[in-house]
Amino acid sequence: MTPRQIIGKIGLWFSVFVIVSPAILFFLWMLSVSLKFEIDNAAYPPVFIPEHVAWKNYADVLASNRFLTYFINSLIVTGSATLLALLVGVPAGYGIARMAAHKSAIVILIARITPGLSYLIPLFLMFQWLGLLGTLVPQIIIHLVVTVPIVIWIMIGYFETTPMELEEAALIDGATRWQVFRHVALPIAKPGIAVAFILAVIFSWNNFVFGIVLAGRETRTLPVAVYNMISFDQLSWGPLAAAALIVTLPVLLLTVFAQRQIVAGLTAGAVKGG
Amino acid sequence: MSGLTQSTPGAAQSDAAPEKELRPPSYWPFVVPALVVVIAIIIFPWVFTIWMSLNEWKVGSSTTFVGFSNYLRLTSDPRFIEAIEHTLVYTILSVLLPLVLGTFAAVVFHQKFPGRGFLRGVFIMPMMATPVAIALVWTMMFHPQLGVLNYLLSLVGIPAQLWVFHPATVIPSLVLVETWQWTPLVMLIVLGGLAAIPTEPYESAQIDGASIWQVFRYITLPLITPFLFIAGMIRMIDAVKSFDIIFAITQGGPGSASETINIYLYSVAFSYYDLGYGSAIAVVFFLLIVLLAAVMLYARQRMLWTEIASDT
Repeated sequence: MTPRQIIGKIGLWFSVFVIVSPAILFFLWMLSVSLKFEIDNAAYPPVFIPEHVAWKNYADVLASNRFLTYFINSLIVTGSATLLALLVGVPAGYGIARMAAHKSAIVILIARITPGLSYLIPLFLMFQWLGLLGTLVPQIIIHLVVTVPIVIWIMIGYFETTPMELEEAALIDGATRWQVFRHVALPIAKPGIAVAFILAVIFSWNNFVFGIVLAGRETRTLPVAVYNMISFDQLSWGPLAAAALIVTLPVLLLTVFAQRQIVAGLTAGAVKGG
Repeated sequence: MSGLTQSTPGAAQSDAAPEKELRPPSYWPFVVPALVVVIAIIIFPWVFTIWMSLNEWKVGSSTTFVGFSNYLRLTSDPRFIEAIEHTLVYTILSVLLPLVLGTFAAVVFHQKFPGRGFLRGVFIMPMMATPVAIALVWTMMFHPQLGVLNYLLSLVGIPAQLWVFHPATVIPSLVLVETWQWTPLVMLIVLGGLAAIPTEPYESAQIDGASIWQVFRYITLPLITPFLFIAGMIRMIDAVKSFDIIFAITQGGPGSASETINIYLYSVAFSYYDLGYGSAIAVVFFLLIVLLAAVMLYARQRMLWTEIASDT
């Protein structure tokens, strides 16, 4: 290696270090706070690795029976909103791609641009009139605002790249359009569906603004529950950070293990709803 | 798609005529369920919002049609005007900083080095993590006495800051979080652009002995400009609408120093339950976002024309 190459190598690794360290240090610090007793969290200068590890913080969070309720709420809301979105969004993406109805994508774009709060005002009134407030139904429905555009957008893009030849052959053999979709197009589209599924789950799971308006005491999702912990229950940092980490852990794990799908989906332009 | 089918010769062309008549209606059943959902949760709310914005509409009292008076009220609402200013400052900073840092990160991640895939995964974690959970930890880090940020500053001899607890520093501090969170998205988009660049210009530049900066400035930057533009556009739309981070960390405070339009909209609609006025804010807010996007598109168009003009 020439000196110039060595300098280049050092420069590259230094740059990598500078770029990645804010993310690494943040999450390590989050982990550190969540594992410290209050004495260590209030210490100055700050303690990074504590002498006594406070596993108790996690045990406390998990043992509170409310937390389990909120976890189940989050599962139900995100699960239902994602499955419903796949159910209507995958065929829609297929139909739009095959009809080449690109103008219809404008609706998706409008949905992308609109602030989530604008949906909340009218839908909040509707749910009130229908007497649905206090159940999980309003949150499931409004999470569709996030999940449906993501799924349709990704599926349009995906079905546009899948080959038509097989489908045409099946049509000539006398298959109905539904059979072609079900037995030819759908199996090929599995990777695209996986991308849509993962992104819809993440952005629904993370959603905060809908829950803060629509959720009652019994129907909070995890992000809302964590927010409420800040304002009411706790002032000690350890259990708070532990709760925050538990809430975001599923998403972080998905990010690490499904990185390829996430990157593919995000660069397709379907980022974030609501 | 239509391009693909037309390009297959012979067989496809022969059945093109009957297909054309059959095709459009026969794909409709696939779209109808989604159409119903989209009308119910996206189009209906929009129409209803516009209707509400023309009424005096408060939760618990009767509604009256008031025409455009909600909109007139906006023009003389100092809190709303202030919120627009905060939003613009917040947005401009939250577009520019991630653009610069994200481009740098993309150039770095475009190089080959061991562990690149894993480190890229770590790098994009901030934007996937639950915003409220992140906001909570940042709040602790911003703490003036016990926060780790002031400790880090003290290591390099910078006096302690009040961060989100002082009106003058609250917006820059929130932008710091926003930048930390969303720089990865810019990186991903620009990285996609870098992957599409041909290698020839780089080879000839290397032969000519160009410096790293010259290569970046005169080869890379012009070629990734379209991607920077897309990234800037997406970033603008998200930054204008930013809610979770601001709401969870400051709720618009101290005072109203970090109250953006979205936060004010929340207060009006769901703290004061003034739904008519809130709807008017929502409509104006949406138009403002469309306007900003249009300005960016126009600027991009102008840029393209001057490029073409200078080429000839």
